[in-house]
Amino acid sequence: MSDHGMIIIGAGETGARAAAELRSLGWAGRITLIGEEAHAPYERPPLSKQMLQEEDQPSPASILLAEHTAEQRIELRKAYKAVAIDTRNHRITLNDGSSLTYERLLLATGAQPRKLASPQPGSDSPLAWTGVFYLRTYGDAVSLRERLQPRKRIAVIGGGFIGLEVAASARARGCEVTVIEAGPRILMRGVPEAIAGIVAARHQSAGVQFKLGSAIAGMSSSKEEYLIRFGNGDSLACDTIVAGIGAIPETALASESGLAVENGILVDERLATSDPDIFAAGDCCSFPHPLYGGRRIRLESWRNAQDQGTHAAGSMLGAAAAYAAVPWFWSDQYDLTLQVAGLPDAGTTTVHRSLGAKGDLFFHLTAENRLAAASGIGGPGIAKDIRLAEMIIASQAVLDAEVLTQPELKLKALLRS
Amino acid sequence: MAYEGWIAACEEEDIEEEDVIRFDYEDRTFAIYRSAKNEYFATDGYCTHEKFHLADGLVMGNYIECPKHNGRFDYTTGEAKRAPVCQALKTYPLKQESGHIWIRIN
Repeated sequence: MSDHGMIIIGAGETGARAAAELRSLGWAGRITLIGEEAHAPYERPPLSKQMLQEEDQPSPASILLAEHTAEQRIELRKAYKAVAIDTRNHRITLNDGSSLTYERLLLATGAQPRKLASPQPGSDSPLAWTGVFYLRTYGDAVSLRERLQPRKRIAVIGGGFIGLEVAASARARGCEVTVIEAGPRILMRGVPEAIAGIVAARHQSAGVQFKLGSAIAGMSSSKEEYLIRFGNGDSLACDTIVAGIGAIPETALASESGLAVENGILVDERLATSDPDIFAAGDCCSFPHPLYGGRRIRLESWRNAQDQGTHAAGSMLGAAAAYAAVPWFWSDQYDLTLQVAGLPDAGTTTVHRSLGAKGDLFFHLTAENRLAAASGIGGPGIAKDIRLAEMIIASQAVLDAEVLTQPELKLKALLRS
Repeated sequence: MAYEGWIAACEEEDIEEEDVIRFDYEDRTFAIYRSAKNEYFATDGYCTHEKFHLADGLVMGNYIECPKHNGRFDYTTGEAKRAPVCQALKTYPLKQESGHIWIRIN
């Protein structure tokens, strides 16, 4: 065998997990992990939370310990970018002109924050837009945390998870925070209105201001201040603008290489792309989900990044298994934790179960009374039930909706029946 | 009755079958487990990955799963079983007598 090895482009959660799994599954050849950032793979969830809140700047939380990386002979190429893939010759080119050949290739290129649209007529200068912060990398978090000084006015554009976690962190640092959302409520995507209401109330009691249904008409800057103007004539002055308005899958390398792309790099149920020797996993790929009738989805979550990275390693080594993990994510804001398992929008009815002081659960059922998703909000005590709900979703059992509303009925019992 | 070096933690009945509860003692916190076979075990309370209490996690067989990141430990040995956890959990001896559970934490 030549020096052809397993190459992973993207050294985030997905890439790191895939590298470790390839070795633990017994791949004895080379494993090369290529990342654009200067850091070894690190965990992103703390970037919007601890990383912004703590008094002293935390270091990145490493996923793979340096000694494990060495011991497992994972070659980490930090601060390198793959610029081309020659699929016929199984070769990739890096930004320094060097090239590497692969046996199998994994694209774990992630996603980039969606940027605000270019300045609209009425905005006085592009300067106004250079002051906008986004949050994806450790570097982004380092820059943003410097801006979160007491009494500074922070405008958060976007009432999704990133925006709300940043808002909670900024309040913890003593900033004055306004969340601007174009939609009629926060958390429009994937969270029932009842949960969004609880989250909004918690932010309001913490002193966060909301501007809902507020389309931005323009922005301008004057010395140290930014002015955001709204369609209805209102305006908001602030010191820092943070935008959390979604993410765009990083597909450029894939499409330039002739791979199929459709809301992300298109993969099959094994996570293979349209080239059988190239795989894609994590935020960058769209895949058919067997639990949801093969519906093609793309997930941006920590768990999916981890699980797909692990799964892709098996597929790269020839495993035939379909990726069928139940989608799952969480968000922490103040003392509130929110967890969602499954795809709420695949449900047609929602039933509520109160856990008393521990929190609230919502079950989202399909027309056939199968569990499509469960979402919970409250303290850490909701986690057990959401985890059980995840197993019920995977079982595809037909349920009695009435029974789900009764807190005395244990979900564990339901799973055993 | 009391035992030298042992602390009364809870009653056997306080924990449901295949479940876990939290036990705090002075400034320390622990997780006490009851397996499906009605055996009892104790570990440190917090996950070794991040500070989340394992008593909020789900017990499945001999595993406890962290409520936040789904890392897993074998609570009978403390062994780390699933990423993101890689560091073992400290375990503590328990003693059962007439329905009471005692823990030795030093």
